[in-house]
Amino acid sequence: MSEPSESSVRADVSGWLESNWDPDLGLNEWRNKLVDSGWGMPEWPTDWFGRDFSASLVRAVEQEFAKQGAIGVARGGIRLLAAATLLEHGSTAHKEQFLRRILTGEDNWCQLFSEPGSGSDLAGATTRADLDGDQWVVNGQKLWTTSAHHANWGLLLARTDWDAPKHEGLSYFVIDMRQPGVDVQPLAQMNGHASFNQVFFDDAVVERGHLIGEIGKGWQVAMTTLAHERRRADGLRSGYSDVGADIERVGRIYDEEQVETATVMEPYTWYPQRAGRVDLALSRALDSGRIEDPTVRQELAKLLILSSSAEWTARRARAAQQMGKPQGPEGSLGKLAASHVARAAARVHTLISGADAMLAGSDGAEDGIVAEILLSVPAVSIAGGTDEIQRNIIAERVLQMPKETRFDKGPFRDVPKNVSTRLAGENE
Amino acid sequence: MVWPPMVSAQFHFTEEQDQFRDMVRRFLVDTSPTTEVRRLMQTDAGYDAAVWQRLARELGLTGLTIEEKHGGAGFGMVDVCIAMEEMGRALLCAPFLASSVLAAHAIALVASEEDAGRLLPSIAAGEVIATLAITEPDGRPGVDAIALPAERTGDGFVLDGRKHFVLDGCSADVLLVAARSPGSTGSDGLSLFEVAPDAAGVTRRALTTLDPTRKQASIEFDGVQARLLGRVDEAGPGLVRTLDIAAIALANEMVGGAARLLEDTLAYTKIRMQFGRSIASFQAIKHRCAEMLLQVELAKSAAYYAAEAMDAESDEATYLASLAKAGASEAYLHTAIEAIQLHGGIGFTFDQDTHLWFKRAKSSEVMFGDPAWHRERMMQALIVKERASSEAQMGQPA
Ligand SMILES: Cc1cc2nc3c(=O)[nH]c(=O)nc-3n(C[C@H](O)[C@H](O)[C@H](O)COP(=O)(O)OP(=O)(O)OC[C@H]3O[C@@H](n4cnc5c(N)ncnc54)[C@H](O)[C@@H]3O)c2cc1C
Repeated sequence: MSEPSESSVRADVSGWLESNWDPDLGLNEWRNKLVDSGWGMPEWPTDWFGRDFSASLVRAVEQEFAKQGAIGVARGGIRLLAAATLLEHGSTAHKEQFLRRILTGEDNWCQLFSEPGSGSDLAGATTRADLDGDQWVVNGQKLWTTSAHHANWGLLLARTDWDAPKHEGLSYFVIDMRQPGVDVQPLAQMNGHASFNQVFFDDAVVERGHLIGEIGKGWQVAMTTLAHERRRADGLRSGYSDVGADIERVGRIYDEEQVETATVMEPYTWYPQRAGRVDLALSRALDSGRIEDPTVRQELAKLLILSSSAEWTARRARAAQQMGKPQGPEGSLGKLAASHVARAAARVHTLISGADAMLAGSDGAEDGIVAEILLSVPAVSIAGGTDEIQRNIIAERVLQMPKETRFDKGPFRDVPKNVSTRLAGENE
Repeated sequence: MVWPPMVSAQFHFTEEQDQFRDMVRRFLVDTSPTTEVRRLMQTDAGYDAAVWQRLARELGLTGLTIEEKHGGAGFGMVDVCIAMEEMGRALLCAPFLASSVLAAHAIALVASEEDAGRLLPSIAAGEVIATLAITEPDGRPGVDAIALPAERTGDGFVLDGRKHFVLDGCSADVLLVAARSPGSTGSDGLSLFEVAPDAAGVTRRALTTLDPTRKQASIEFDGVQARLLGRVDEAGPGLVRTLDIAAIALANEMVGGAARLLEDTLAYTKIRMQFGRSIASFQAIKHRCAEMLLQVELAKSAAYYAAEAMDAESDEATYLASLAKAGASEAYLHTAIEAIQLHGGIGFTFDQDTHLWFKRAKSSEVMFGDPAWHRERMMQALIVKERASSEAQMGQPA
């Protein structure tokens, strides 16, 4: 099936926007329209609110939106990971129930994978789900759950069979976060934010139909979620450009979007800083005059080499994928590259700041942004799979090196485990 | 802010380019195994004339980017870089970089149409080996460092001084010499001259190189009559471009070498047994190999992108050439160091092949400017651009 040409797509989408886009609409009303039109998520399948477009056509669509200052579907948080997982493993009923409200922003999602005893070793989850009549009953604890305090749905990995080997006793559920059996406690982070949480399940319930995939096949479903998460961390900038930056953002819809940004998107305000804010590095060096220092120039150059090479590597991976070529090694490297970039950026920001790098808040450089960079970068090489785990994956899957020796075979019941702990929360 | 520079890059090779790569790779597997590399590195010429002829006749590589009207194939920078990458993998010993890249581009960019028509066809055919003598004994890279004076005499020019680090300088049939009008500085006052190696006053001496797979010479010019190519004092921009092209080509050669080292090292770790298991099963080794892969792929991306930018005649080509050269230099050397380490004691022997690439990595790191020099150069290019764009913005009504 051949794709439409880019120029015809641009004409179609801009025509559609001219007759439909209206900044005085409500955010929800507009996004529902978008979902029905297929222009909100053109990379999705035609059966589910999309148009099966390739990345380059999607980019064209996004640019047309930006030109008119039109707001897109909700994309923040892990909602698109949830959607990708449901598109691949969910039933028609799941897709009908969840996909639209993911895109309109009415529902918010969190990822309930990591636990106190199992982070890198996700398959070691000990949160349990037991079938009781028409529902699953969940008990246990999840940790580091970003946005659990805003979420009404959670992607839950839980153990349903203790006698099967580790990876074969897990199942994957969608759990309603707004119920008495779910207790969400925010956790303070080293950078002062509290975007992740600990989540306690005490006889929480999952309706029987909210099992995703088959019983005991939860690991495969979780791998889909993780694959999308790691791909997203590959350093590619989002397709959104600032073409429409000069458009005056006035109207009811923009106000409602601002509210969304200030509430459910609040946990992510520091995410650009954790990636290192490479965009700020050059302008800070120029504006402060620190560019006159040859050491600053050297380190800045190293950073720019690293970050542009990482971006071009991601583009190579994307181009190969678009051409239907077998995925080369470049596709698995993005997350590890992002850690290197973030660390190099933190080093450059420190160099530029000099003594000011000791200060934070309004005393700190760039009104505290630099301090936030320095204190947020350590998360990049942990969240979403640590650097060590990425290196294991690259070595084993790409370089075909031998797998790690395992001590966790046999029935999960007999595998050595951690003793569970409760962390002091934000308020303690 | 325009960053990173965007050129209309494809980020992939065409099917024809993939086939071209396969063809070059197969040819080099046959003609440049390490037994040949070891044989040739002991010779004075440092290359095999018969293989060079086949490279010219069967593959058309010697004239790859030379225009068709001058007997070449008229291909672009991306294609040269594919060839260079493969040559780097195979550690080919041949005057390709000197003759088909440096000299061919210097002539095409600086010489008159008439001189190009006279010189390029025999270079394209592989019949004549030319080289560019640009760097001097102080070793400073870039055209600003060219000091050798060209004195005007009656109807010609006379060269006096020394060129050093001349690639394949002892085997070249034609010497292209970059020289300066007395009193000029920077990229002004530069001219390109043609000198026959047997002209009166030319003395060539082979330099003892750390990397024996690439030959270099020191050439003394003592009152040598030289033939001007192109216009007097106007060679600067063409030479800058030539060096950018050479840096990009070399960056691609380096990533080819680095990728090969990684592959060979990986294969070795899988068969070497210690403590009852292959050393590839140790996590310390797995993680280092994963990092090597990352470094190699990042450097590849920059080297490929710079080649595409050169073909697109991007005005960011200088910035990108330096970026690619600095990135590839670090990645190649890092890979070479790791490769020796992961081979253990055998890696330090002369009989094992890793050191051949290690030496190429070391000399390539410094050739045409070391990574620190290129990082400085890319920053200066960026600063000029940023200042220009902020001045342009300030000039605009708010
Ligand atoms: C900001 C942030 C947000 C997060 N958000 C979420 C979320 O929304 N949902 C969620 O489920 N999780 C989330 N996480 C959790 C994250 O995925 C885990 O922290 C991470 O996978 C590491 O697990 P761990 O913390 O248990 O560390 P551990 O697994 O205990 O690791 C400790 C150290 O041991 C190393 N290590 C572990 N195994 C190996 C091995 N096989 N080989 C070599 N080294 C090894 C690790 O690399 C690390 O250096 C978040 C984490 C952070 C920092």
